[in-house]
Amino acid sequence: MSAPVLEIRNIHTFIGQFHILEGVNVSVPQGSITVMLGRNGAGKTTTLKSVMGLTPPSQGAILFEGKPIHGKRPYHIAQLGIGYVPEHRAIFKTLTVRENLELAERQAHDLEKRIDFIFNLFPAMRQFYHYPAGNLSGGQQQMLAIARVLVPENRLLLIDEPSEGLAPVIIEELMAAIQKLAETSTVLLVEQNFRMASRLADRYVILDDGQSRVEGVMPELIKDEQLIQRYLGVA
Amino acid sequence: MATTLGKNTPILVMIAIITGLLTFSFINSNGDFGDFGITVLSGLFQGMLLFLVASGLSIIFGLMDVLTLAHGAYFMIGAYVAYDVQHPGGVIDLTAAIPDPNLRFPVALIAAILVGAGLGVILERGLLRPLYSRPIFQLVMTFGVSLVMVEIVKAIWDTTIYSWQDRFGLQESFFELFGQQFSVYRLFVVGIGFVLIIGIALILRRTRIGIIIRAGVEDRQMVEALGINVQLVFTVVFTLGCAVAAFGGGIAAPFLGASNNLATDFLLQAVAVVVLGGMGSYEGTAAGSIMVGLAIAVAQKAAIGTAFTVLPSITPMLLLILILLLRPSGLFGSAHSS
Ligand SMILES: Nc1ncnc2c1ncn2[C@@H]1O[C@H](COP(=O)(O)OP(=O)(O)O)[C@@H](O)[C@H]1O
Ligand SMILES: [Mg+2]
Repeated sequence: MSAPVLEIRNIHTFIGQFHILEGVNVSVPQGSITVMLGRNGAGKTTTLKSVMGLTPPSQGAILFEGKPIHGKRPYHIAQLGIGYVPEHRAIFKTLTVRENLELAERQAHDLEKRIDFIFNLFPAMRQFYHYPAGNLSGGQQQMLAIARVLVPENRLLLIDEPSEGLAPVIIEELMAAIQKLAETSTVLLVEQNFRMASRLADRYVILDDGQSRVEGVMPELIKDEQLIQRYLGVA
Repeated sequence: MATTLGKNTPILVMIAIITGLLTFSFINSNGDFGDFGITVLSGLFQGMLLFLVASGLSIIFGLMDVLTLAHGAYFMIGAYVAYDVQHPGGVIDLTAAIPDPNLRFPVALIAAILVGAGLGVILERGLLRPLYSRPIFQLVMTFGVSLVMVEIVKAIWDTTIYSWQDRFGLQESFFELFGQQFSVYRLFVVGIGFVLIIGIALILRRTRIGIIIRAGVEDRQMVEALGINVQLVFTVVFTLGCAVAAFGGGIAAPFLGASNNLATDFLLQAVAVVVLGGMGSYEGTAAGSIMVGLAIAVAQKAAIGTAFTVLPSITPMLLLILILLLRPSGLFGSAHSS
């Protein structure tokens, strides 16, 4: 197996006085889709935010392509080539679709170079290009949030619960898109929808109570009903 | 249908208030177009000066969640610097180097802008930055900075109220309309104000920094997570805001002179504008500045020869109360914005 693109080593993260992450270890190999599983409140979102520097860890290490990134400012971490698709699809509602995408440029002409790829992946983006993003449906907003990280060159994508609150048809479309992205970028995905997670991911890591418990390859988890039952409460 | 109506309401309220003010003023002028015209020009003039303070206050608040109570002091500093550069003596005496007052005035304005920008960087980088995420501290600190700036001004220029002596061409020019003399300089300031209103709107709509500012108003963290150095944007916006306020003080000085009162007067009026326009709304700030400027001028005219000499200074607050009764989140404020 090739060297991990992202390595989270025993991080501890506080939000205010709350000790949210109490030892999270995650390793994301090059070219894989790794899914982070765990109940609501397990600390999945906080782990992604810790990687981005939005809730910086107070202990432990985070390595991107072998180099430490913990302690750097979020914009700096993003510029290294990490794209973040937050939960609840935090797009800019008063900006047009186009402006949302332009904002994500890191170099002149980033958008110009990628726009055909984005329009092919999400045709709705073409249709609503000049409309305020707040007018989009939930699924389209999620597509925009994903499209935004495709504008610059990102080698790692962190995607937080993309299927949340969406209809099955839309989820299928998103899954196809994420699969396509994984051809060129490594993906760390947070997903509650186990069916979606198990079809997409090569690897998994389970978080519980702010700690990572188990990690491994997806086919093994699918067979291990006891493990699924214990941490995820789905059979 | 309901949404169309909702969208148009701020414009309708605005038109209604402006029409009301103008009608009152016209009647108050006994139907004399010359008199009425003077009041309107004076209102637009004051409105534009107000816009130069309020626009920065509003954009800084929208982007950074900082209500900077030092903003009026930047206007005041601009007035002193422009006055000082223009006139003989003082800290900088350019009367020998640039004998022509018409040329000295633009230099005086540039000096005001540079001093405003310089003091802006110092305030943002040095004092405000450690206090992000502590709004009350920021409020107290910027208020303190305002007091300190007034004290520094007193130390440098004394407590004298300076009225402009060194008149230059533009200030001496008048044109006649309806039997009244109108000041070309006031018209010039109104023109600059309109250019800035449109210019800043274009920057916000069309440029990358404008997109970043509008996005930052919605969600700063997400802007940062896309790879944008938001702190740097804060510094740029804050500095420009201070520079524009100081420029406002500079162009106001030929009319208003230089005095300590400018700091509080313009701060209070600008805060009223920002709130009645709808916190963080640029359109609201532009429209609100003009409305408050007009209202003050109309009140000044109406108060002449009456016992209500206090009327002009309480007018911004009266207008603020009226608008908040009609639209609790301000003219262009959205109901869900805090
Ligand atoms: N801003 C916050 N303040 C206090 N507690 C928080 C905050 N954000 C998250 N938490 C807590 O941290 C824990 C982990 O949250 P999160 O990372 O969002 O979980 P997940 O994404 O796995 O559902 C939860 O118990 C949550 O209540
Ligand atoms: Mg979450």
